Amino acid sequence: MVATAITHWRRTRRLTFLLILFWILVTFGLTWFARSINEIVILGFPLGFYMAAQGALVLYLLIIWWYNRQMRKLDAEFGIEVDED
Amino acid sequence: MFASMTRLQRYYLYYTGSFMVFIIALAYLEQHGMPPRWIGYAFLCFTISMYALIGIVCRTSDVSEYYVAGRRVPAFFNGMATGADWMSAASFIGLAGTLYLSGFQGLAYVIGWTGGFVLVALLLAPYLRRFGQYTIPDFLGARYGGNAIRLVAVAAAILASFVYVVAQIYGVGVITSRFVSLQFEIGVFVGLAGILVCSFLGGMRAVTWTQVAQYLILIVAYITPVAILSYNLTGNPVPQLVYGQVLQQVTKLEDRLFDSPAEQEVRQLYRERADLYAQKIMQLPQSLNFEREQLSAQINQLKASDTQMRDIVALERQYRDLPHDPEQARARWENAMFSAVDRSKTPIHHGEAFPGDTVEEQNIMRINFLALIFCLTVGTAALPHVLIRYYTTPTVRQARESVFWSLLFILLLYITAPAYAVFAKFEVLSNLAQIPIAKLPGWVAAWAKIGLVSIEDINADGILQLAELSLNPDVIVLATPEIAGMPYVVSGLVAAGGLAAALSTADGLLLTITSSLSHDVYYRIFRPDASTQFRLVISKSMLLVVAILAATVAAQKPGTILSMVSWAFSIAGSAFFPALVLGIFWERATRAGALAGMVVGIVLSIYYIIRVEFDSIPWLGISGFSMEPWFHIQSTSSGLFGVLAGFFTIIVVSLLTKPDPRAASFLSTIRFRNGAE
Repeated sequence: MVATAITHWRRTRRLTFLLILFWILVTFGLTWFARSINEIVILGFPLGFYMAAQGALVLYLLIIWWYNRQMRKLDAEFGIEVDED
Repeated sequence: MFASMTRLQRYYLYYTGSFMVFIIALAYLEQHGMPPRWIGYAFLCFTISMYALIGIVCRTSDVSEYYVAGRRVPAFFNGMATGADWMSAASFIGLAGTLYLSGFQGLAYVIGWTGGFVLVALLLAPYLRRFGQYTIPDFLGARYGGNAIRLVAVAAAILASFVYVVAQIYGVGVITSRFVSLQFEIGVFVGLAGILVCSFLGGMRAVTWTQVAQYLILIVAYITPVAILSYNLTGNPVPQLVYGQVLQQVTKLEDRLFDSPAEQEVRQLYRERADLYAQKIMQLPQSLNFEREQLSAQINQLKASDTQMRDIVALERQYRDLPHDPEQARARWENAMFSAVDRSKTPIHHGEAFPGDTVEEQNIMRINFLALIFCLTVGTAALPHVLIRYYTTPTVRQARESVFWSLLFILLLYITAPAYAVFAKFEVLSNLAQIPIAKLPGWVAAWAKIGLVSIEDINADGILQLAELSLNPDVIVLATPEIAGMPYVVSGLVAAGGLAAALSTADGLLLTITSSLSHDVYYRIFRPDASTQFRLVISKSMLLVVAILAATVAAQKPGTILSMVSWAFSIAGSAFFPALVLGIFWERATRAGALAGMVVGIVLSIYYIIRVEFDSIPWLGISGFSMEPWFHIQSTSSGLFGVLAGFFTIIVVSLLTKPDPRAASFLSTIRFRNGAE
C-alpha cells in the first residue's frame, strides 16, 4: 500500500510539474515576445494580441482537460474512486 | 435528450426558459409603450424574487449543508456557481472599459483571471477536496497545527474579502441608482437585501444554487448586446470570431486620426494647460492668493459696469469654488494637471503590445504586464471564496472536473470582453472623432448628463477631437445597447446581469468572512464544545453583522475602493499561495516556516503598496515616506514581491526548524486515499 501510494504520488507530481512548466511557457514565455509575434496576423488579429485575448485561454482549458484525463487514468490504475460516479 | 437530464438540469432549463419568456414579454410591452423605468423595476423585482425563492427553498439548519452545501454539488453546476462567484461587478462592468482604455495592456487581466484556474486545478483543488473540511484556515491549521496560523489565515481572508465585498455592494448601488433611479444609499440597502435573501437562511447551499441562477442571467446579459452589435457591424453574430477584422479597421482609423493636425493642436493645448498647473502648484501659496485677488477684482469691475447679473453670479460661484487653502489647491490642481498630461500624450494603438517611445519604456511596460499577470494568477489561486467552492463537490474527481467547467464558464465572458472594447473603439473612432459636437449621437449626451462621458472643446473649433473626449470605463458595457440602437429592454438586461455578477460575488465573499469568524475563530479556537445548533446561530448573526457593516461602508462611497480591490489579489496571493502550495507539495515545510512566510508575505505586500501609493497617513500623523518603486513595478503588483518573499521565508525557516513528524501522515491522506470521505 505504501509503495503504491509513493508511485502514485510520484507520477502525479511529474504530471503536475510538466503541465505547470507548459503553463509558465504559455503565460510568461509567449507573452514576453508579444511585441515581436504581433507582426504575424491570423484571422485579422495580430498574433500576440490573439494569444493574450483567446489563444492562451483555450490552452489553459486544454491543460486542465489533459490533467483530468491523465489523473482519471492514473486513479483507475491504482484503484482510487473507481466505484463512484 | 430531455428525459436523460437530471432533475437539476431540468429545473435550470425551466428557469432559463421562463427568463427568456420574461424578456420577450417585456420587449413586447415596451413596444406598446411601457416606460423604461418600469422595465428597470420589472427586472429588479423578477431577478431578486427568483433568488429569494431559491434561497428560501434551500434553507437549512445542518452545519455541513450550511458551510459546504452538503458536498452534493455536481461538477458541472459547481463550475457554473464558481463562475458567478468569481465574476464580480468589476469583471462584468469594468473589464471591457479597461480594455477599451488600455488596449493590449488590459489583456493582463484576461490572462491573469483565467490562468489562475490552472494553478487551482493542478495545485490546490483536488487536495483541498480530499482533505474535506470547511474553510481554508481549516486546511492550514490541520497541515501545520496550532491556532496561530489559523488566526493569521483568518485575518488575511477577512482583509482580502472585506474590501472586495464592499466593492460589490457599491456596484449594486451604482447599478440600481442608474437603471431604476433609486437613490444610491437606498440602492445599497436593496443590494444588501438581495444578498441576505440568498445567504442568510441557506448558507452555502442556497448561495450555490442562486449563483447558478445568477450565472445564467449574467452570461446572457453580457453576450446579447455585443452579439447584436457584432451582427450590425459585420453581419456575423459571433463577436469573438470577427472582431479581428474590426481591429484592423480600428488600426487604420488610428493611423489616420492620431497625427492629424487638429489632434496635435489639441494635445499641444493640453500640454500647455498641464504646464500652467505645474507652475501654479510650484508657486503655492502665492498663486492661490493671486487667483483670488484677480477674480474678486474682476467681479468688482463687472459690478461697477452694467453687465448682466447672470455673468456676475457665475463669476461669484467660481470665486466660492476656489480651493480654501493651499493643501486643497495642491490636491485639486495636481489632479487637473495629471488629467491634462494624460490627454496630451499621443494615444496608443489598440493592438500594440508594450507601447513606448524608447526600448526602455517598452521594457517597463513588459515587466509590469508580466508582473500583473503573476499577481492576478496567484491571487486567483489564493482567494478563499473561490477555493472553498471546491469543498462542495461529492468526490475528488468531481472537484477536478469542476475546475474545468469553472474555467469554461468564466472564459465565455473573458473571451467576449476584448470584443466589446474593440467594437466600442470602432464606434468612437468612426462616429465620434472629427464629428461636429452638435451632431454627436444621442447616447453621448445621455451619459454625459450623469458624468460618465465628458467633452471639452479646448480648441473651440466645434469639432470633437479624440483627446477632448473622456470616457469612464463603466460606460462601455452600460452604453453598448444604446450605441447599437437596441430597445431599452436590452439595457435592463445588462443591468440585471451586472446586478447578478455583483450579488453572486458578494454572497460568496460574505460567506467566507462569516465562516472564518464563526467556524475558525469561535468554534475552533474559543468554544470547541459548542453545539451544532448554536454554531449556526453564531454564523447567521455574524453574517448579518458583516453584511450590514459592508453596506454601511459602501454607502459612504469610498473613492479608493476600486483600486483597493486590485490590491486584494496581491494580499491574498502573498498570504495563502506559498503556504498552501508548499504545504501540499513539500513535506519538510514546518509550522514556524509557514507562519513566518505568511506574515512576511502580507507585511511586505502591504508595505510596498503603502510606500509606493501614498505619501502620508494624516490620521497617524506621519508623512513623507513615499518611495520609488522597485524595478518600476506598480503597486497593484506588490504581490510579486510578497509571494516570492513568502516562498523564500517558508523554505529558509522550515529548513532551520525541526521537521514536523505529523506532516507525513497528513500528506498521505490528502495525496492518496481510497474513496472520497
